[in-house]
Amino acid sequence: MAERKGKCTIMRTKKLRRPLVFQAASVVFSALLLFVGLGNLWGVSGFATRAFAQDEASKPNRKATVPVQTEKIDKAIEASWSDAGVRPSPVEDDLKWCRRVYLDVIGRIPSFEEMSVFMKDKSLDRKLNLLRRLLEDDQYTEEYANHWSTVWTNILIGRNGGMEERSLTSRQGMQKYLRDSFASNKPYNTMVHELVTATGSTKPGAENFNGATNFLAMKVNEENGVQATAAVSKIFLGLQVQCTQCHNHPFNQWKQQKFWEFNAFFRQTRALRRFVRGTDDIDHIELVNEDFSGEGSHPDKAEIYYTLRNGVAKVAYPVFVDGTAVGKSGYVSEVNRRGELGNLMMESDYLDKTIVNRMWAHFLGYGFTKPIDDLGPHNPVANLELFETLAKDFRENSYDLKQLIVWITLSKPYQLTSKMTKDNESDDPTMGEMPKFSHFYTRQMSAEQLYASLAVATQANRKGNLEEQQRRREEWMRQFIVAFGTDEGDETTTFNGSIPQGLMMFNGDLIRAAIALEPGTWLHQLSTGKGTPQDKVQFLFIAGLGRKPRPEELSVATQILVARKGEVGGMLQDMWWAILNSNEFIFNH
Amino acid sequence: MWNRFSTPNGMSRRHFMSHMAGASAMLGSSLSLGHSLRVHADTLKKNRKSCILLWMGGGPSTMDIWDLKPGTDNGGPFKAISTSGDVQISEHMPLMAQQMHHMAIVRSMSTREADHNRGRYYMHTGYVPDANVDYPSYGAVMAHELISQRPDLEIPPFVAVGGASEGPGFLGMSWAPFNVTSNGRVRNLEMSVDSDRLNQRRIALETIENSFISQNRGGVLEDHRKVLGKTFDLLTSKQMEAFQVDKEPTEVKERYGVGGFGQGCLLARRLVEAGVAFVEVDLGGWDNHQNIFRTLENDRLPVLDKAMAALTSDLDERGLLEDTCIVWMGEFSRTPRINGDAGRDHWARAWSVVVGGGGIKGGQAIGATNEDGTEVDGEPYSSEDVMASVCHALGISLETTFTSRSGRPMKIANSGKLIKGLFA
Repeated sequence: MAERKGKCTIMRTKKLRRPLVFQAASVVFSALLLFVGLGNLWGVSGFATRAFAQDEASKPNRKATVPVQTEKIDKAIEASWSDAGVRPSPVEDDLKWCRRVYLDVIGRIPSFEEMSVFMKDKSLDRKLNLLRRLLEDDQYTEEYANHWSTVWTNILIGRNGGMEERSLTSRQGMQKYLRDSFASNKPYNTMVHELVTATGSTKPGAENFNGATNFLAMKVNEENGVQATAAVSKIFLGLQVQCTQCHNHPFNQWKQQKFWEFNAFFRQTRALRRFVRGTDDIDHIELVNEDFSGEGSHPDKAEIYYTLRNGVAKVAYPVFVDGTAVGKSGYVSEVNRRGELGNLMMESDYLDKTIVNRMWAHFLGYGFTKPIDDLGPHNPVANLELFETLAKDFRENSYDLKQLIVWITLSKPYQLTSKMTKDNESDDPTMGEMPKFSHFYTRQMSAEQLYASLAVATQANRKGNLEEQQRRREEWMRQFIVAFGTDEGDETTTFNGSIPQGLMMFNGDLIRAAIALEPGTWLHQLSTGKGTPQDKVQFLFIAGLGRKPRPEELSVATQILVARKGEVGGMLQDMWWAILNSNEFIFNH
Repeated sequence: MWNRFSTPNGMSRRHFMSHMAGASAMLGSSLSLGHSLRVHADTLKKNRKSCILLWMGGGPSTMDIWDLKPGTDNGGPFKAISTSGDVQISEHMPLMAQQMHHMAIVRSMSTREADHNRGRYYMHTGYVPDANVDYPSYGAVMAHELISQRPDLEIPPFVAVGGASEGPGFLGMSWAPFNVTSNGRVRNLEMSVDSDRLNQRRIALETIENSFISQNRGGVLEDHRKVLGKTFDLLTSKQMEAFQVDKEPTEVKERYGVGGFGQGCLLARRLVEAGVAFVEVDLGGWDNHQNIFRTLENDRLPVLDKAMAALTSDLDERGLLEDTCIVWMGEFSRTPRINGDAGRDHWARAWSVVVGGGGIKGGQAIGATNEDGTEVDGEPYSSEDVMASVCHALGISLETTFTSRSGRPMKIANSGKLIKGLFA
């Protein structure tokens, strides 16, 4: 697989020979059986010690295989460190890297069993091997697709899209489209083209279903498609144009004219209501392209009008951001405007840069620009050369997101510890510095990552198929969403490290289920199984935090056991509650 | 082991005591020690300043509410009525008209941010969005400056009712708004364990937390610890009763209006009484690109009028208005010119905010707009100026300076200036 040039074949090598025995859903349980079943607790500890000890993989003069793009990243970032006068933190130990990769690639922490499989791989390429498992192995396809579908659903229709009562966006439809796209590793450009040009019904099961339509379904009818204009340009091209709708913006080179020329691409698009047969109840939306007669009623030259600040009316026809004009006809048979837009977007290097920036920020915590979806000329770029190289490489490698994931996760900046040193404490983007990526930036898990991680760590909330689990999770997440009172549907989340999140982690249903001690729960099995209390506490720490308890932590557990009058289950409950609430659990670090 | 709890600032006595109680609970004792040592509260309530921000999400058309231009092309159909102050306001604000002697209208606001996100950020912080510095919002700044007046406060000093507000910026997550719904419901308050056991869990948690914090992995972890502390405080606090707006008599609830905003304003009064420093109450739905006049007349203005008038008169009757500043504003206003959909679009160049209480001289309008409402006549005022004036009303020195960790000094309210004539 060590191909280093041109089309990287990391994703296309043969499957691992060793099949993974454990299904994700039963991993914790299996680990538990392993733990309890072994009986001999020193045996278990020995297993744990072996599995979690650092191995001797990194002998001098031998190097792990990395793609050429990773080498480019390392070189460019290392150069930027010396330019900025910072020194990088040391490389993080492999198990912590493993936790990061699970969180960022499939949206949850690794289970006990998955950690030990990783640590037992003594080869130089065990990091790459893990990536191959997560990206190629069938057993992870569903989780991978589910995770990225969640990430992209939030980008495309917001955390609240389709969640309101009687909403005409089908969140399920959006997710289904995205899940299928990520499961088949659809090239990114194809996905964008489909989302921008989609026609069909929003709702799964409806005639002519096309889940991709949910992106634009609620963004085209109101206000002449202003929202579609803003969303498409921002999400896929990194161009913030919403300010220029009404006037030329002082900080933005986009002018009002450009906004309406871009907007003109969406004017054939209509979101039609489809009714439940024989009733007036709306069943779903069908997104269609219809002939557009223009605001001056000349369909063969279908213009739109907008008004300058001084009241003068101006005319606009579809013209792409780079100045390329398409035919002015409003007849779909002559010019399919969204189709033309989709094609023009495929040629734009803003397309490549925006996704590379988004993916970089997903893994490293910050992008090359702040915010990541503003690539306008007014906005400074960290590491411009690397940014442009990566964007170009991504295009040349067929927009393969999995390759991009490998390039970034194997790179030096992604492997550094989050512990800062004297030589890089100044590298703190929260204090207004441009990120230098000289240490990993500690960050909170997203609400979705936390939910999925709790499920892995506790076996709770795993009933039903993934789709049902996803629905339950979204129901749970609603409590964190706060909307602003604007027509643009802006929203934010209180799952941001503030008190409401703290209360949820202290007392919420999810945590109650996670620490439940009733027969049938994994904590009950642990507490009633063989082993000393201390060994059981150790198991909790490994399952939750990927490390053994420190002496002071064991001593607290002992004191709590006394306070619980020797009742082991209660003590385990308290310790597990503390572990799940701890910074070490809920931060990606 | 307990030394680590002696954080230098921002920790209330109560907070400290609960830690001590936690320590003793380990030995089988209880929480009671904390209560006996509490500072007597009454003496501290005197001169305790607070602020209530009525946030109008979407950008309300102030020329249809506070600065009418009847009879002009842009004026729209609403008439102006006289008030208890020396100003006229919209005929659809009859209850507020009786309270205007408490309020001052600043009619010469002129800002540059006419995008919702940018405008919201700017009006909340006094700064335009800056990719490199995350500025703290009104609530975080005021709570941070006023916290020392309320050492017994166990609930968050900054509460956002029915909306998101803006974040604490570089002050850190422990100054974030505490978001609640307008009926005051706080989720996940019910504990499943008694306070002794909660304290034991707390000690286990803090043991894990602290070893991780000591590894120098970034300021966010310190923030997390502070938020945990505040969450523990709140769980065991009697002051949480302030959120139970349901306990108010029906007559009072109806006077404020039974919808979200009315109940939110009532909740704001209760919270201020309980010692909360800053409450933001959200009323959205002002982004009226279409059918603006029908929406204002039948929906938004009656809701606003009822709640704002009830809040103002209630605070006044309870003697709280002297020390409580009320601020009414949105992210910007709307175009004087009425568009083709009988709506108004975004306009930041000339508009109004309303302030009152805290020693602000009511019953007056400051500044003016020109005849068609498109420009400000005379000296224009900014978000910074409003914020500086509110700080002044709350006794916060305009010389207050924040210093970022990178050493950069930043004056409170972005060096805004006092709005002339607001203070007698």
